[in-house]
Amino acid sequence: MIGGLFIYNHKGEVLISRVYRDDIGRNAVDAFRVNVIHARQQVRSPVTNIARTSFFHVKRSNIWLAAVTKQNVNAAMVFEFLYKMCDVMTAYFGKISEENIKNNFVLIYELLDEILDFGYPQNSETGALKTFITQQGIKSQTKEEQSQITSQVTGQIGWRREGIKYRRNELFLDVLESVNLLMSPQGQVLSAHVSGRVVMKSYLSGMPECKFGMNDKIVIEKQGKGTADETGKSGKQSIAIDDCTFHQCVRLSKFDSERSISFIPPDGEFELMRYRTTKDIILPFRVIPLVREVGRTKLEVKVVIKSNFKPSLLAQKIEVRIPTPLNTSGVQVICMKGKAKYKASENAIVWKIKRMAGMKESQISAEIELLPTNDKKKWARPPISMNFEVPFAPSGLKVRYLKVFEPKLNYSDHDVIKWSSSTFREHLPGPSTQIDRPCGSSGSRLSCLCSVTTHAATEVQNQGTSTIKLLFCWCLTTCIIS
Amino acid sequence: MTVGKDVSALFPDVVNCMQTDNLELKKLVYLYLMNYAKSQPDMAIMAVNTFVKDCEDPNPLIRALAVRTMGCIRVDKITEYLCEPLRKCLKDEDPYVRKTAAVCVAKLHDINAQLVEDQGFLDTLKDLISDSNPMVVANAVAALSEIAESHPSSNLLDLNPQSINKLLTALNECTEWGQIFILDCLANYMPKDDREAQSICERVTPRLSHANSAVVLSAVKVLMKFMEMLSKDLDYYGTLLKKLAPPLVTLLSAEPELQYVALRNINLIVQKRPEILKHEMKVFFVKYNDPIYVKLEKLDIMIRLASQANIAQVLAELKEYATEVDVDFVRKAVRAIGRCAIKVEQSAERCVSTLLDLIQTKVNYVVQEAIVVIKDIFRKYPNKYESVIATLCENLDSLDEPEARAAMIWIVGEYAERIDNADELLESFLEGFHDESTQVQLQLLTAIVKLFLKKPTETQELVQQVLSLATQDSDNPDLRDRGYIYWRLLSTDPVAAKEVVLAEKPLISEETDLIEPTLLDELICYIGTLASVYHKPPSAFVEGSRGVVHKSLPPRTGSSESAESPEAAPSAGQAAEQPAVIPAQGDLLGDLLNLDLGPPVSGPPLAASSVQMGAVDLLGGGLDSLMGDESEGLRSDVGGSPAVWLPAMKAKGLEISGTFSRQVDSISMDLVLTNKALQVMSDFAIQFNRNSFGLAPAAPLQVHAPLAPNQSVEISLPLNTVGSVMKMDPLNNLQVAVKNNIDVFYFSTLYPLHILFVEDGKMERQMFLATWKDIPNENEAQFQIKDCSLNADAVSSKLQGSNIFTIAKRNVEGQDMLYQSLKLTNGIWVLAELRIQPSNPSFTLSLKCRAPEVSQYVYQAYDAILKN
Repeated sequence: MIGGLFIYNHKGEVLISRVYRDDIGRNAVDAFRVNVIHARQQVRSPVTNIARTSFFHVKRSNIWLAAVTKQNVNAAMVFEFLYKMCDVMTAYFGKISEENIKNNFVLIYELLDEILDFGYPQNSETGALKTFITQQGIKSQTKEEQSQITSQVTGQIGWRREGIKYRRNELFLDVLESVNLLMSPQGQVLSAHVSGRVVMKSYLSGMPECKFGMNDKIVIEKQGKGTADETGKSGKQSIAIDDCTFHQCVRLSKFDSERSISFIPPDGEFELMRYRTTKDIILPFRVIPLVREVGRTKLEVKVVIKSNFKPSLLAQKIEVRIPTPLNTSGVQVICMKGKAKYKASENAIVWKIKRMAGMKESQISAEIELLPTNDKKKWARPPISMNFEVPFAPSGLKVRYLKVFEPKLNYSDHDVIKWSSSTFREHLPGPSTQIDRPCGSSGSRLSCLCSVTTHAATEVQNQGTSTIKLLFCWCLTTCIIS
Repeated sequence: MTVGKDVSALFPDVVNCMQTDNLELKKLVYLYLMNYAKSQPDMAIMAVNTFVKDCEDPNPLIRALAVRTMGCIRVDKITEYLCEPLRKCLKDEDPYVRKTAAVCVAKLHDINAQLVEDQGFLDTLKDLISDSNPMVVANAVAALSEIAESHPSSNLLDLNPQSINKLLTALNECTEWGQIFILDCLANYMPKDDREAQSICERVTPRLSHANSAVVLSAVKVLMKFMEMLSKDLDYYGTLLKKLAPPLVTLLSAEPELQYVALRNINLIVQKRPEILKHEMKVFFVKYNDPIYVKLEKLDIMIRLASQANIAQVLAELKEYATEVDVDFVRKAVRAIGRCAIKVEQSAERCVSTLLDLIQTKVNYVVQEAIVVIKDIFRKYPNKYESVIATLCENLDSLDEPEARAAMIWIVGEYAERIDNADELLESFLEGFHDESTQVQLQLLTAIVKLFLKKPTETQELVQQVLSLATQDSDNPDLRDRGYIYWRLLSTDPVAAKEVVLAEKPLISEETDLIEPTLLDELICYIGTLASVYHKPPSAFVEGSRGVVHKSLPPRTGSSESAESPEAAPSAGQAAEQPAVIPAQGDLLGDLLNLDLGPPVSGPPLAASSVQMGAVDLLGGGLDSLMGDESEGLRSDVGGSPAVWLPAMKAKGLEISGTFSRQVDSISMDLVLTNKALQVMSDFAIQFNRNSFGLAPAAPLQVHAPLAPNQSVEISLPLNTVGSVMKMDPLNNLQVAVKNNIDVFYFSTLYPLHILFVEDGKMERQMFLATWKDIPNENEAQFQIKDCSLNADAVSSKLQGSNIFTIAKRNVEGQDMLYQSLKLTNGIWVLAELRIQPSNPSFTLSLKCRAPEVSQYVYQAYDAILKN
């Protein structure tokens, strides 16, 4: 199991050091600094073995978190724990920075004491931790309160405490999708998949039992068997989900047997599920980059984007980011629509368009002046990336319902479920710097990443007294890239 | 926290703050104690009282805090006081305290293992597995697993279907971390049959949808392991295979560090079961923003998954990668192209042309890598692509890395007859001979000798030059020796030299980079852990006794539970098993014991120690009668020394004693017939009842002269195994009838099984591995051979004398593992694994056999042979 945990700043100074096991000596702290942080060559693995001691590290901004062990531990668990540790710290004091860590010494040690015992991760749900690890100190607790805390920390529903009360019960739902697209130089799609996340913010009283439904093909087909007429109609609407993973509040065995997603949500924001689809992905935009090298010191870039959805729909907040070579000295941009600017600090041209209707086209052209360099270091040619909001989801995912059931409290009419949906990001290969490719499609390959967020808020009709049912059929946003 | 300053001087003051009501302050004081108690053990005692008091605090948080902290203070005096509070806390009404106490037992065990055992904490911990609170169960499982790891032989984690059921129930309810502990523990369990394996798999599969990658990987580990037990025809087997793929792919969208762990594991999984991910090639295509370690791993997996169906795509990708920025990555990509060529024959041509394209780029390191892999391609497909040599030669000057230079020189030497200016090329290398690395020097020497053998006329000078450089001017013994060998060869017999140097080379295959199957099986048992990340068994990077437990597939870790070491064999057996050093003395002893012929004396011949003999004399018949009862069971243990089979009392004065022995290919029964009656005996004949292995006399019992009173005769009766067969109980029971002129007498005896071990019982290594896997696990039996002080080599040679053949020997963390096979006369194979620890006089013997009933007797044979 984990033998010790260290936190370093970017200089390699130890900020936090907590040793759990006797086999980890004091010199382990220095070993990591010398061999990893100050290593001459960048370390090429997140796991390093130095003198039979294994170090796992993750880096958050310029802070290093390292877990140390001498045993054959579960490596996946250690990394999961380090991420969790970051989450917990962020939940307590915001961004993980040297200053924040220094200001929260006592708190961090207290947390480390609680979530890791003898190197075994214990309950690490922020919700539960916050009930008894506070920065104010626990004062007078009644006996009931104490036993409530302990039963929650160890109980089956460790992520939610009892007795939460809100005047207004609210629930927010976000679907974030990112499309990964890989294309051959000829423009043929090699592989495309959408990885999506359903993020929920819940502000609900009591112990609400939620049920979440989406247009999952397997479920729809199952239901379709009963009513044969509907199958034809719903067949198009359903999507085939390759795989999904759930927050630990979801009852997995129930999903395995009935494919229904039921859970008692934690309080506040959490990621309910992640999913992956590969079939029938709608790509809302096409991006066509043209790069031409004029001599050794000049580069001409032209990027065309085409929206590829129904003209009645509208894409918003489009942002295209075109990376430029490191030795750029100046850029002149001309664009038909929106605003474009060269940002030297980010080594990119940022092109923003407020809104764009479907089946339209827009283009930008730029002249990039290069400093002559004899720098042999090649430019990695990062992809062009794109962010936008569109009112449908690339994967075709739709939320069918979200039922909330609270056995004790009856939610009132004011209760609201709010939808927010998606944002898109996409990456395209950057302009080529090689002369042997005079024009035409720049890179030979394209990889794109899109993520979608749309926002919509709806009041929810309250049916009956204790169940909130969502009748609003909600759409997402997408993009196409080529 | 103290900015590196030693603040232990403040110890007394800090301890004074301990009794505060402020929980935060208390925690800080405790933290201080953990860090400094060791340097001030005497002062730490001052804290004990508060700890004990806090362990009874009404607030469960404080109780748990106290017990948690006490466990972390590694001062002997404090641990003594810890026992009582810990015992109370293990039974605390509050689950939070119980779960903390469970881990505390593991802490205490780490400090003082003996204390934990003496105080009976292990039993309490076992009880906690049935606790109502899932988190307590999880922590108890984690603690027990850790303790069990340091006692590989102990039966701590007594996993049985009931406890497994409890764990599976808790699995659904506990935290993500708890699920990991439980799954890791489940992976060590050995289901009894495929049905049980399937039902566990069914209950574990929902975990594959968990958001925590570690839970997913641990679940994969359990499934991969138990799948071994499922028959491939089963529908469920196919379903399971299908279910495994999506979660593995999903792991690739996790954070990069986790992707790395996942990819290292996927690398193992695709080697073990390529069918799982064979359609998922595309997900391993490298993304622009992947960190370098992820890219390199993906590349590895792409090659493993490459097949004729997807090779075009893979090649197109690899070609892209070869133009990337990162040097290491580009190199690996170029190598990968070569490996594809070797793996998929149909693609070889395309690969070669891709490599040529890359050489044209003239990027130095790309060219060098390409040449290294082209050499391998030449070795795989000789006489096919030699047309490219000209292109390669053009780049000769740009090569600066030893590996590439060596590869190029090899090519020049190997195809010297096709390269017109081969001698010039090699000569150019020769100029800087002493500046080259050894690898290049060796290659250059060989290449020039090859050239000489192919074109002897033009290159005589060159070869002399290189030989003198290698033998006279070099300090490297390898180079010198190789030089001398060539020199001798060339000077004595050029024809032979040609045969040796230009011999046909074996083709290389794609398998070279695969992990060895036994190691792979072991690593599969460690999915998710560091071992699977390093691709090394834990013993390679873990110190001490932990992790020594050897795991393998089909899982055999469970054998420790099924180990029915024959404790049942009475301790008296120890005495009986001690062989008589000199048989004559045994006879003497027999005579001594039989003098009075009071009770039927059939006791085993005791080791001839004077003390024992004295005791026997003193006790007289009393001891004999005592031992007489047990002697039935003991006889079989006696291999070499004669035992009395038929006492004179029962056979009207005829006493028969004897042994069994085996010479090369023949079994014999050595009998001593003694006439203790007053009349002459004659007309002897012998017959066997049907027995388990068909033993029968190969010749009639020949007693040439009548046996006079008080006379004995020794006869060696040859036996064969072609008689009729009937299963006896015990298996090695032999019923014999002996007739003489007086009467027919019946007796039964147990023969040692090793007389049935045949000479051709040596199994092929591969065959052994396959058979070992093939034999179901329930057929495995484990025994302890006690008090044997031989070392592995002595054991192996001793056993070899009795036709137990050592097939392989392995040293695992100081233990010797001998893998042995033997074959019985009726063709039953028995496979054995003998574990010998240098410090420990008892050996562990695991036997696997399709007819498990023989195991017990094989063990007895082992025991007898080793102690003889």
